[in-house]
Amino acid sequence: MADVRRVISILVENESSVLSRVSGLFAGRGYNIETLTVAPIPDTNRSRITIVTKGSKRVIEQITKQLHKLIPVYKVVEHDEMVEKEMILAKFPIEENLSDIQALCQAYNGGIANVGADMIIGMVTDEPCRIKHFLEATKRYNPIEVVRGGVVAIER
Amino acid sequence: MKMNGARMVCEAIIAEGTKTVFGYPGGAIMNVYDEIYKQDGFEHILNRHEQASVHAADGYARATGEVGVAMVTSGPGFTNAVTGLATAYMDSIPLVVISGQVPLSLIGTDGFQEIDAVGISRPCTKHNYLVRELSELPRILKEAFHIARSGRPGPVLVDIPKDITAEIGEFVYPNSVNIPSYKPTTKGNKRQIDKAVEAILKAKKPLLYIGGGAVLSNASDLIRKLALMGGIPAVETLMARGVMGDSNPLLQGMLGMHGNYSSNMAMSETDLVISLGARFDDRVTGKLSEFAKYADVIHIDIDPANISKLVDVDYPIVGDITIVLEKIIAGLEDKIKPERYSDWRDVLNRYNELHPLTFQDSDDVIKPQWVVERVGELLGEKAIVTSDVGQHQMWTAQHYPFDRPRQWINSGGLGTMGFGFPAALGAKKGYPEKTVINFTGDGSILMNMQELVTASEYKIPVINIILNNHFLGMVRQWQSFFYDNRFAETDLSYQPNFKALAESCGGIGYDVTTKEEFDKALKDAIEKDRVTFINVAINRFENVLPMVPAGGALYNMILADQKEEK
Ligand SMILES: Cc1ncc(C[n+]2csc(CCOP(=O)(O)OP(=O)(O)O)c2C)c(N)n1
Ligand SMILES: [Mg+2]
Repeated sequence: MADVRRVISILVENESSVLSRVSGLFAGRGYNIETLTVAPIPDTNRSRITIVTKGSKRVIEQITKQLHKLIPVYKVVEHDEMVEKEMILAKFPIEENLSDIQALCQAYNGGIANVGADMIIGMVTDEPCRIKHFLEATKRYNPIEVVRGGVVAIER
Repeated sequence: MKMNGARMVCEAIIAEGTKTVFGYPGGAIMNVYDEIYKQDGFEHILNRHEQASVHAADGYARATGEVGVAMVTSGPGFTNAVTGLATAYMDSIPLVVISGQVPLSLIGTDGFQEIDAVGISRPCTKHNYLVRELSELPRILKEAFHIARSGRPGPVLVDIPKDITAEIGEFVYPNSVNIPSYKPTTKGNKRQIDKAVEAILKAKKPLLYIGGGAVLSNASDLIRKLALMGGIPAVETLMARGVMGDSNPLLQGMLGMHGNYSSNMAMSETDLVISLGARFDDRVTGKLSEFAKYADVIHIDIDPANISKLVDVDYPIVGDITIVLEKIIAGLEDKIKPERYSDWRDVLNRYNELHPLTFQDSDDVIKPQWVVERVGELLGEKAIVTSDVGQHQMWTAQHYPFDRPRQWINSGGLGTMGFGFPAALGAKKGYPEKTVINFTGDGSILMNMQELVTASEYKIPVINIILNNHFLGMVRQWQSFFYDNRFAETDLSYQPNFKALAESCGGIGYDVTTKEEFDKALKDAIEKDRVTFINVAINRFENVLPMVPAGGALYNMILADQKEEK
């Protein structure tokens, strides 16, 4: 069976060990995690964990079922129709062309986040496949450091 | 009422109705032991190792169907309990294990006897808790028992820091549980059930594939009813022995690696597998692509994750077997005709005549299968039978005439050597009037032999029958078959004096080398109200047969009549 990429949202009770339950499940059963993001859901005592994973259809089905078995897990959504975004912060040397970098970031839903004495920080937020293109494009400007956030997604 | 956290623990155990708690004290759990000392709502048994405490609670749970409770201290007390948790987890046994923890203020400081119990036990418990506030304790205890016994049962750990057991607060034990994220499905989807009924009526060669879930769901009566009304043949996994009752002609026997010929052939030829709480374990299926190759599969299981995990299922039904079967039986009533499957039954009967489950008995040396069958003749349904892990376990599963569910207690999923003796103690505490026999090996028994002392002190007279082949026999068998007889570290010729060992701990020992001696020893052991070791010298090189080599197809068995004995 061919591997497919899947974005899974997990709604969990805010308790201290819930992230380790989720990540431990992936590690223990040999499932793959490409990205993982967690944050509390405003005005509730729940959090949302978004995981991007890869696996055969059977594995993906097992992942959702096994996640569901965890006691503090309310809901597992395996997204089909969704808006997916990922964020990047990238640091460039001050010697690079500021307006080129700014134009590049703007092309990917972002802009310049900060300009300091010896570096420029750009920020973008875009779909995961476009993020890849952005990373390719930045290479020309000799990035010093790139910080990539995980995927967040919401049903359409 | 106001009380300390330790007393709350005791009150919860009493409220849940557990009569016997197994455990071992230490610094972090001392507050609780102080309250145990003051109460008389339950008995506490001091095992001589925490692993044995958890296995004993497990044996109690398997025999009675109630939640078993064990109690251990932090650090090494907890880590000793891990094998017990994992054993219960793999077989879905309802347990609540209470562990002491260092005080909250010391957590994370590498304090004396601090270990991350919740972290270590996460993959081998159904759920676990670290209690952070006294006010949560009553709710957590209530939830722990509820989670342990509901849905797919399993062990739950409650780790309680020492300052919380000392702190005083208001105690009201909740009378209900509300965990919005935990609502097991029990009823079964009506449409799927209707489709399954149709499939059964259309099948020509249906087969009931019964697993440990049938025992956990107490579904034996309904399964027997379904089998009888349809004349549907059945096979049992290692965990399900006793569900059909061995006198039932529809039962083919155990299937899998050491299943008998007609069972494994039935699975290979059936056109409709009706899986009842079985989980398609690799020791059962052999080569997956050849397993039930010609069959559609109805899979009834309370755990959705078990369904289509390994085998594609045509009729998935998530629910409690008891509830689902009631509906299936109602759907089949008046429609199902046992004659429909008579050709199929004939085929299986012929297979059974062709290669029945037998062994070559001997007058020179005791054969282990003879011992098991002999105990079966003498005690039969009167005994609860536990076992350790190895060849003796398989011989017991194959040859003991099991009569009812919960009569047979063994570590199937994890295969834990050392399980049998403490589990027997737990079973005996659950059913003091029953004779409890532990079939064990000369390897396994040493892994919890300290329980001789526990059994003597508390007068828990269980009978350990050591099928002594002076080998780690099961491993030796694989070495014989697959490693060219290189017996790497499996020769147990160096032995303790088992009789003296038992006697030094207040028990009775018997050394047995003939059938007559065995009969005498067993009769004596049954009469005596003391823990016993019956050390039976058996044929050293006896093999467990039939055998499906690991990863092979079920229909390719090495049969007893084909294998030359050494
Ligand atoms: C704790 C543990 N360690 C190792 C094993 C691997 N193992 C499985 S069967 C077996 C041999 C058991 O020997 P014995 O108790 O004498 O039983 P026999 O097979 O000889 O009947 C071993 C070592 C195990 N199942 N459990
Ligand atoms: Mg042995």
